[in-house]
Amino acid sequence: MIIIVSILIFLMLVSAIIAAVLKDLLSAVIALCVVSLIAAVLFYLLQAPDVAMAEAAIGAALVTAIFVIAIRKTKRFEE
Amino acid sequence: MNFLNNYIYYIGAFGLVFIGLYILLVKKNLIKVIIGLSILDTGVFLFLIAVGYINKGTAPIFSKTGLNPKNMVDPVPQALVLTSIVIGVAILALALTLAIKLYKHYGTLNLRKIKEQRW
Amino acid sequence: MRKIISAILLIIIAGGITLSLMKIPFGIPKTKVGEYYINKGREETGATNIVTSVVLNYRGFDTLGEITILFIAALGVGAILSLGRKRTDKKEKIEPTSSIVYTGCRFLFPILLLVGSYIFIHGHLTPGGGFQGGAIIASAFLLIYLSCPGKRVNEKYSKITESLAGLIFIVLGLIGLAIGQEFLFNFLPKGTLGTLLSAGIIPIIYIAIGLKVGSELTGIIDNLIEKS
Repeated sequence: MIIIVSILIFLMLVSAIIAAVLKDLLSAVIALCVVSLIAAVLFYLLQAPDVAMAEAAIGAALVTAIFVIAIRKTKRFEE
Repeated sequence: MNFLNNYIYYIGAFGLVFIGLYILLVKKNLIKVIIGLSILDTGVFLFLIAVGYINKGTAPIFSKTGLNPKNMVDPVPQALVLTSIVIGVAILALALTLAIKLYKHYGTLNLRKIKEQRW
Repeated sequence: MRKIISAILLIIIAGGITLSLMKIPFGIPKTKVGEYYINKGREETGATNIVTSVVLNYRGFDTLGEITILFIAALGVGAILSLGRKRTDKKEKIEPTSSIVYTGCRFLFPILLLVGSYIFIHGHLTPGGGFQGGAIIASAFLLIYLSCPGKRVNEKYSKITESLAGLIFIVLGLIGLAIGQEFLFNFLPKGTLGTLLSAGIIPIIYIAIGLKVGSELTGIIDNLIEKS
């Protein structure tokens, strides 16, 4: 049980570092979506189903959509 | 192994907070700074829910009839985090509209160049 | 130079936080307020979901503050994006993108509306509530923009729904004040535990919150796509 949690937290931290380093902003937003999704799974494992549902619905669907719409109206690559 | 069992959630939560702080301090592009703000938010929520966890506890919902109310986790941090997630998305939407207007006005999203143009 | 200074600063802060983190135990009950809410929650409110009763009954005023913040954010997005825009009524041609996406979105749209409504109607019995259901309804309307670029949701009905839902929430709170008790007092009968019509005004408030949050988030996405 603790092995699965450790692997998930390691994947979440690696994904956050990828979101910080990449120069293509669209890929950085996808990495942010992965962080949000793994956080939703961790909320469920900490026995909080309400918060897991809210984070999955809001963080993984609506935040990504708003970011992609905003990137489309500005530049795609960081200089 | 015992150390890992006790503190792995705290290490994960504070790792996210520090990565978010690093992006806020160092990066130049405005949209990347807003991504860092969102990562910082997620780290703080993870820490709050990890503080309210009780060993071998269950969710605070009486869905079946025979549940014992003695080993349920704390419901107060979950209510606070539920409110905060919605506030986080509201702040993000407003910040991104300001970024769109800034790009239209100045032509660039580089924070150092926007600071130099004093009109 | 900036990177080196910020890295040193972050290492100092990390060291300080780690030293104080060693004193917080993990998995031990820490406060007494949570125990009181769990023990007395069922008979004082009538809801089986304790998180719902904390959000709407014991701390109902914070929920009112959060709805105000969401309303101000939606207002700000609409106001800032309309500055300096001339009114052009050009009609774009509405045609679907591809037939797989179009058919899939048409199939998913009523199912998502049904799931979202189920989640916020049963908010006091199962995990869920108004905010989660509202976000799912907003995702359903996002699918319309994905499948047919150029098609818009009718703005007038969305604004009317949002305003009426917010008004219902405030009127229910003021009725509690008019009776003689506090704001957001639970004045309807509590009913039997575990049925749909129980827990006083909690299901009615969650239906109002679900509709309001859903139409607000749809309005934000509509403003971001259409204007500028």
